[in-house]
Amino acid sequence: MSRKRAAHNVVGRRLGKINSPDAVTGRTRYADDLTFPGMLHAKLVRSPHAHARIRGIDTERALALEGVHAIITGRDMPVRYGILPWTHDEYPLALTKALFVGDAVACVAAVDEATAQRAAELVEVDYEVLPAVLDPEAALAPEAVKVNERAKHGNVTKHVHLEFGDVERLLAGSAAVVEGTYDFHGTTHAAIEPHCAIGIWEPLGVLTVISATQVPHYLHRELARVLELPVDRVRVVQPPVGGAFGGKSEPFDLEFCVAKLAMVTGRPVKLLYTREEVFYAHRGRHPMHMHYRLGADAEGRLTACDARTLIDGGAYASFGLVTSYYSGQLVAAPLRLDAYRFDSTRVYTNKPACGPKRGHGSVQPRFAFEVTVDKLAERLDLDPLELRRRNLIQPGERTVNELLIRSIGFAECLDRVEAASGWKEKFRKLPFGRGVGVAGSFYITGTNYPIYPNDMPQSAVQLKLDRSGRVTVFSGVSEIGQGAESMLATVIGEELGAEPEAIRVVTGDTDLTPVDLGAYSSRVTLMAGNACLMAAREVAAKLRKAVARRWECTPRQVALLGGHAVLKRDTGTRVPLAQAIAWAEADFGTLGSVGHYNTPKDVHGDYRGGTIGASPAYSFTAHVAEVAVDVETGWVQVERIWVAHDAGKALNPVVVEGQMEGSAYMGFGEAIFEEHAFLESGLHAGPSLLDYRIPTSLDTPELVSLIVESSDPEGPYGAKEAGEGPLHPSIPAIANAIHDAVGIRLDTLPFTPAKVLAALRAPAPAEASRVEAR
Amino acid sequence: MLTLPEFELLRPRTLSEAVSLLGSGDAMILAGGTDLLPNLKHGLHAPARLVSLRGVPELRQARETPEGGWFLGAGLTLTEVAEHPGVRARYPALAHAASLAAGPQLRNMGTLGGNLCLDTRCMYVNQTRFWRNALGYCLKKDGTVCHVVPAGSRCVAAYSADSPGPILAYGGEVHLVSARGTRNLPADVFFRPDGARNTVREPDEILTGVTLPPPAAGLRSAYQKLRLRQAVDFPLLSVAVATAVEDGCVGAMTVVVGGIGSRPRVVKRLESVHGRALDAGTTDTVARLAYEQCHPLPTVAVDPAWRREVLPVLVRRALGALVPSV
Repeated sequence: MSRKRAAHNVVGRRLGKINSPDAVTGRTRYADDLTFPGMLHAKLVRSPHAHARIRGIDTERALALEGVHAIITGRDMPVRYGILPWTHDEYPLALTKALFVGDAVACVAAVDEATAQRAAELVEVDYEVLPAVLDPEAALAPEAVKVNERAKHGNVTKHVHLEFGDVERLLAGSAAVVEGTYDFHGTTHAAIEPHCAIGIWEPLGVLTVISATQVPHYLHRELARVLELPVDRVRVVQPPVGGAFGGKSEPFDLEFCVAKLAMVTGRPVKLLYTREEVFYAHRGRHPMHMHYRLGADAEGRLTACDARTLIDGGAYASFGLVTSYYSGQLVAAPLRLDAYRFDSTRVYTNKPACGPKRGHGSVQPRFAFEVTVDKLAERLDLDPLELRRRNLIQPGERTVNELLIRSIGFAECLDRVEAASGWKEKFRKLPFGRGVGVAGSFYITGTNYPIYPNDMPQSAVQLKLDRSGRVTVFSGVSEIGQGAESMLATVIGEELGAEPEAIRVVTGDTDLTPVDLGAYSSRVTLMAGNACLMAAREVAAKLRKAVARRWECTPRQVALLGGHAVLKRDTGTRVPLAQAIAWAEADFGTLGSVGHYNTPKDVHGDYRGGTIGASPAYSFTAHVAEVAVDVETGWVQVERIWVAHDAGKALNPVVVEGQMEGSAYMGFGEAIFEEHAFLESGLHAGPSLLDYRIPTSLDTPELVSLIVESSDPEGPYGAKEAGEGPLHPSIPAIANAIHDAVGIRLDTLPFTPAKVLAALRAPAPAEASRVEAR
Repeated sequence: MLTLPEFELLRPRTLSEAVSLLGSGDAMILAGGTDLLPNLKHGLHAPARLVSLRGVPELRQARETPEGGWFLGAGLTLTEVAEHPGVRARYPALAHAASLAAGPQLRNMGTLGGNLCLDTRCMYVNQTRFWRNALGYCLKKDGTVCHVVPAGSRCVAAYSADSPGPILAYGGEVHLVSARGTRNLPADVFFRPDGARNTVREPDEILTGVTLPPPAAGLRSAYQKLRLRQAVDFPLLSVAVATAVEDGCVGAMTVVVGGIGSRPRVVKRLESVHGRALDAGTTDTVARLAYEQCHPLPTVAVDPAWRREVLPVLVRRALGALVPSV
């Protein structure tokens, strides 16, 4: 094993991302940095009402304003869309009803942004205000007003009920059962770059949309469908994206609007969201109301889990069907359950639509589950770390809901955070006001099935090499700051013996690159990485063959190392890679190769919904958080978080650690600071980065990243995801640490000082520290 | 992004030129712009002209007065105030307060005068025109209803600047100039209890600076700020305290609570602790008086009851910081 590792050229080395120099010197050109001759600027007209019928839209005064070129309304694009083909439930611009404060109803194109803004304010929309439903419980009431007309039953987007094993029998026979109710508030992505799109309509009938998206392929399909254009006449270009976190993983109103306005005016049209509009576009983490029962035998082996979850979806479905499944499917590991039942219901409400945020659908139930495990350990008088050790799933095992776990480094994750944090010296031993907490999790490395059923590859790349020595990889992956382009260069560089910065990477253009489904569900490294391996190995074989012919040896005796072709066992015999490529070009003609990846089809459950949550590989994470609670103010200072993450194989440890830190940071922010809150009227309570408080560097705990490598058989070089999994334990580890520090259980997020102080002052604090079955 | 309304930018080179430009009507003062420009983008004002004070050298002075106090020009940036050796030595609570305002970039632009003239803030008014329209507007701007105190007829937007608390605690004086002449006012008199207009400054008056009196013998001072993030955030509550401490006993004490009303609130009835030892009993008395007299309102989306509960803690910590602990 160690010999094999030493043989790597690039993989496993601590390198900067290939595009970091541009990013940190301000040279990266994001969508809004692009400008075109004659370009117009667009502004959306948005509903000031949480629920209103649109009786008419008068654009006359707005159109009369000098500099206004066109105004479109819902009638100009009366085609429903949605990221999932089963839930097309929104229009680019609301057609008959506005469903939340901020829902787009019209769009203006004008010579500049200020004129477009003035014109947008002159558009007169005749609204019939309807009663609004903001509370998910109220949305379920039989008499509740219908929010989204596409809901089949009442306001339910999706109801999932799955049971594996006999939950009630096992709970009845358990030595201990802990029951609790948990509330996850809503949070949003708060990517620094607001959404931005530019539409360009060319005279010969090709539509180009440049957009800050993380799913160019899905956007491509939906643009063609909604605008009723042949798919081959649409091109989507995705420049580098300034953060996405799931908030740019479906089509949005602005992309359809710039396209349509470009077609109407014949001019390029740009639309950049204001920060406020980003909060209305949202698709952030769903508020969930969760009820959990979890049992264990006297030795601390888990028996059964029963989960019931009400999910507040907002006005549209987004990925909500998947969210509903994930809310249950993705708590079935890393701890083994003998029986499991979950019942999840997602409802429509008159608020901005929720969707996928880093750790889609499973960060909320993970909070509930891991805190419940902590309570169970307390009840059984077990160290919560030890309780987890007694319930580990083994490699090759299937979870209770039949997900195949091929590799699992969770035991090592627990060992690493235990040792690094000094757990044994701290847990239940620190002075009052200080505490440590532990939590664990798992996450998918890509979804096993694409969001529209098809048998084609999920990822594909093309490689081009020529006599200049240049190696270019063309890939449809989206660089959203996570290092996707570096990953491609790392794999190609590894196989061809070149440094990553020597590889040219072309991504994010549906005209130039083969299809990749996008940067979501932590799929890129495993899927596009495997596609790169396939393409690179094919062309590397040609290089070795061409060199071997000239050196009169076998191709197996030729290695590609350090920018050279080298004769093994005689490294003095070498030629630059460019020479090897030229020889191969002479021998085989123009050099190129393709690679693709599709998922294994035998890793999911054999039941309805069993494919959702299935993945080629799963990552695992454990956190220990250490907190200090100011008992006078209720302030929780998270001082340090130790993050151990099983990434299979860290292709670049710097990037993996960056993802681990970024994930732990984001979860920490959701635990302590962030809240996507609304006034009683349905108006967002503070749609700005002043009022929606993402932590600053001064607030952020020290983050200690501990990489664990279990080497997954499906991943490239054994690699699994690292971008989302490491977020999950943040929140429950902090919750459990607060309990260790001051003996209170906060089952409602976020852990604001007001809540902490109220809990500390609550009548019998000794009672609160005990686990009570409710 | 949000666009600025159109305005004419005037750049006087002298104070008298600035005064006459400002007096010509429908003009507002632009100092660092960190408060005004977002407010313009939110449609809270639409002046025809902005008079920039950046090129007026008179406003950038800091000098010791003949009496041994300090004059600080309104155009000094908050960074300059925070780092000024004279301020740090004589008026450490002011230096500390300035160092805690907003974040580094904003302190490099924001000025002392701008901080004193910071517009009052409220979650229902510091929003875009779209948002305020969806709300139905409010008493402070374009509307008739207060969403914080629905029965109220006076705006309760909170004055959320950091530097005024210490300036009041030190007994500072502010200087105003207009075509009609100059006015020198105790800082306490400069402020009014009305969120819609919380200072006595007339629209054509320029605040030129602040004079702080010479520190009394044994003067001690401290500033405490409550906020959720350690940077960027306005104070949810602030406490400034100044008092002489001699032989372990406090002299006349001033405690100023900020962030909870439309003007800084000076805690009353502190005469009772004059001459008492600076001990837990005195500290508790001051904390209790502050608690009794201060009632935070929901002008921000942070539980006002919690903010009130934390006020005595801040007062105790401010008093605890007066004398270095042994």
